[in-house]
Amino acid sequence: MEKFTRLTATACPLDVANLNTDQLIPARYLKLPRSAGFAKVLLYDLRFGDDGHERPEFPLNRPTWRGAKIIVGGRNFGCGSSREAAVYALRDYGIGCVIAPSFGDIFAGNAAQNAVLTAIVSDADAAELMAALVAKPGLELTVDLEQLTIECRSRTFGFAIDPVRRTRLLNGWDDIALTGSYRDRIAAFKADDRIRRPWAAPRSVHEDRE
Amino acid sequence: MDEERTLLDKVWAAHEIARREDGESLLWVDRHFVHEGSFHAFSRLAERGANVAEPGLTFGVADHYVPTRGVRRDITNPEIAHMVRQLEENLAKHGIVLFGLGDPRQGIVHVVGPEQGLTLPGLIIVCGDSHTSTHGALGACAFGIGASQVAHVLMTQTIWQRKPGRMRVTVHGEAAVGVAAKDIVLAIIARIGADGATGHALEFAGSAIRDLSIEGRLTLCNMAIEAGARCGMVAPDEKTFAWLKGRPCAPEGVEFERAVEDWSALATDGGAPFDLDVHLDAATIAPIVTWGTSPEDALPIDASVPDPTREIDMARAKYLRDALDYMGIAPGSRLTDIVIDRVFIGSCTNSRIEDLRAAAAVLAGRTSKVPGLVSAGSARIKRQAEEEGLDRIFRDAGLEWGGPGCSMCVGINGDIVPPGERCASTTNRNFRGRQGPGARTHLMSPAMVAAAAVTGHLTDVRPFLSGRKV
Repeated sequence: MEKFTRLTATACPLDVANLNTDQLIPARYLKLPRSAGFAKVLLYDLRFGDDGHERPEFPLNRPTWRGAKIIVGGRNFGCGSSREAAVYALRDYGIGCVIAPSFGDIFAGNAAQNAVLTAIVSDADAAELMAALVAKPGLELTVDLEQLTIECRSRTFGFAIDPVRRTRLLNGWDDIALTGSYRDRIAAFKADDRIRRPWAAPRSVHEDRE
Repeated sequence: MDEERTLLDKVWAAHEIARREDGESLLWVDRHFVHEGSFHAFSRLAERGANVAEPGLTFGVADHYVPTRGVRRDITNPEIAHMVRQLEENLAKHGIVLFGLGDPRQGIVHVVGPEQGLTLPGLIIVCGDSHTSTHGALGACAFGIGASQVAHVLMTQTIWQRKPGRMRVTVHGEAAVGVAAKDIVLAIIARIGADGATGHALEFAGSAIRDLSIEGRLTLCNMAIEAGARCGMVAPDEKTFAWLKGRPCAPEGVEFERAVEDWSALATDGGAPFDLDVHLDAATIAPIVTWGTSPEDALPIDASVPDPTREIDMARAKYLRDALDYMGIAPGSRLTDIVIDRVFIGSCTNSRIEDLRAAAAVLAGRTSKVPGLVSAGSARIKRQAEEEGLDRIFRDAGLEWGGPGCSMCVGINGDIVPPGERCASTTNRNFRGRQGPGARTHLMSPAMVAAAAVTGHLTDVRPFLSGRKV
């Protein structure tokens, strides 16, 4: 995975609470293979009308925000379904960072697996950032993961992120490679566990059980 | 260790292989469930040429895309047929057991796991589905994960996780007749918010929780994710052990006795600390329905929907306007005045035998004013319901009796609520477009859905229960 350290880009305000992953990518697009690219289906039902035409009033469809790489969202951003395709859609669209007062846990975990930063700010700071973006469409923010800061014109805001997700993003870790170095400890755990919890293994599953 | 520990602490400690400096733990995974949507993870394995580390601890279920009607093997939509076939191929390739279409054990993954005795107290269970929290009803620590983590679990049978915070919701007292697990959990979500438990393992405790059947506890923990919780948990008790005994994959004989001994020690110790502690009185909970587009938009059935013009907080007023606008409800309307177009009884939240009995108790001898679908949670539950004659009650009422699957909860198998239509539903999410583009969803208990079917509008079920065995 690529590393995330700092990002300066146009930020788009999406002032919606509980913007769930069903909105980020409607379920009917979940059949797509990863290679198909998910940029087009990001927020599909909010970006496009029934006839497939863009809704001009939706922020990401406004010319100033079309190329945004940062989203400032509402409370509980990315709640709901565990679909990682919600993050694929953001990433493929070009979004590298979402700033919000809180995030769905699974979504935030998935984001950290795909080099997308989820920056947690206070309700007051989110409102202030949102107001600044609306007042001056096209405004750029600088998000610094090492310093845990967001620069907005002359103001600097602090943000929080689970320290584990921060280290993963800063290092661009590949979990599977990382876990490879624990192979012996996993094997030892497994051997002990069989003695400690003999009941934990499922009884063999046969077709004819019922 | 003489320190007092929570249920979560005990389960976590028993699975921790290592802990990194930054606080993340490498955990052993006891059970991993996969479904049609897990294909991204299998693609990763294929790219790396990797194998599944523990195929014997991995179980596949076809549920998200399977048809609920007609001859279920003959899927006419080629894209949907591909999703089911892809699962079959991936599982066959890696030697993983599949509860597939046509298997007498097939059903919704979160119904099948407990039903087969694969879900046990004290286990760590993961699945690429947010409603994996359901399995915590038996005292497991179970949570949903994304495709990257599914791939990691497939390749290593372990997962990196930071230990969640400890949260407890205690529901004291006794719930009234007509108040189900769904009402209790919707009351909790309305109280703490859709992100009220974010970052926490949510343990449900108190007499009203102990009084719930295992089916009720499954409903409760299923919806823990709708409060943002990492997982929902109920301490295992005698009811849990009795429910599990004799299930196909559960331990048996002396092994079961030994297991019960271990499971009995899992309950949270008396003075164990919680980071968040919430209390509710069950006696104050009435049947609840949602009116908006988040499960936190929930109110007792005798209430009226909010009026944004009476809201001082501007952001909140906008939220209310948007939600009411999408739902097509006039501000301040009485909930009982909301007319519905159809009903759905099913999903991993409320499709178990007890749910079907509760709905049938209301519908028996009555007719539904609207069309609707009843989808049992598993083939096994479907058979049991038919043996009990419940299918006849639903059919006589005018509802369709379908096969098991995720069906109209997520709307990707073709079962959708048409655009603009309003559905009284036993599912878990009233998100915009969740049951189909433009669909409007009201969440409630199975009995409440049955009452709505009978009257054609949202209704308090309680008057419909008099003289009936519930």
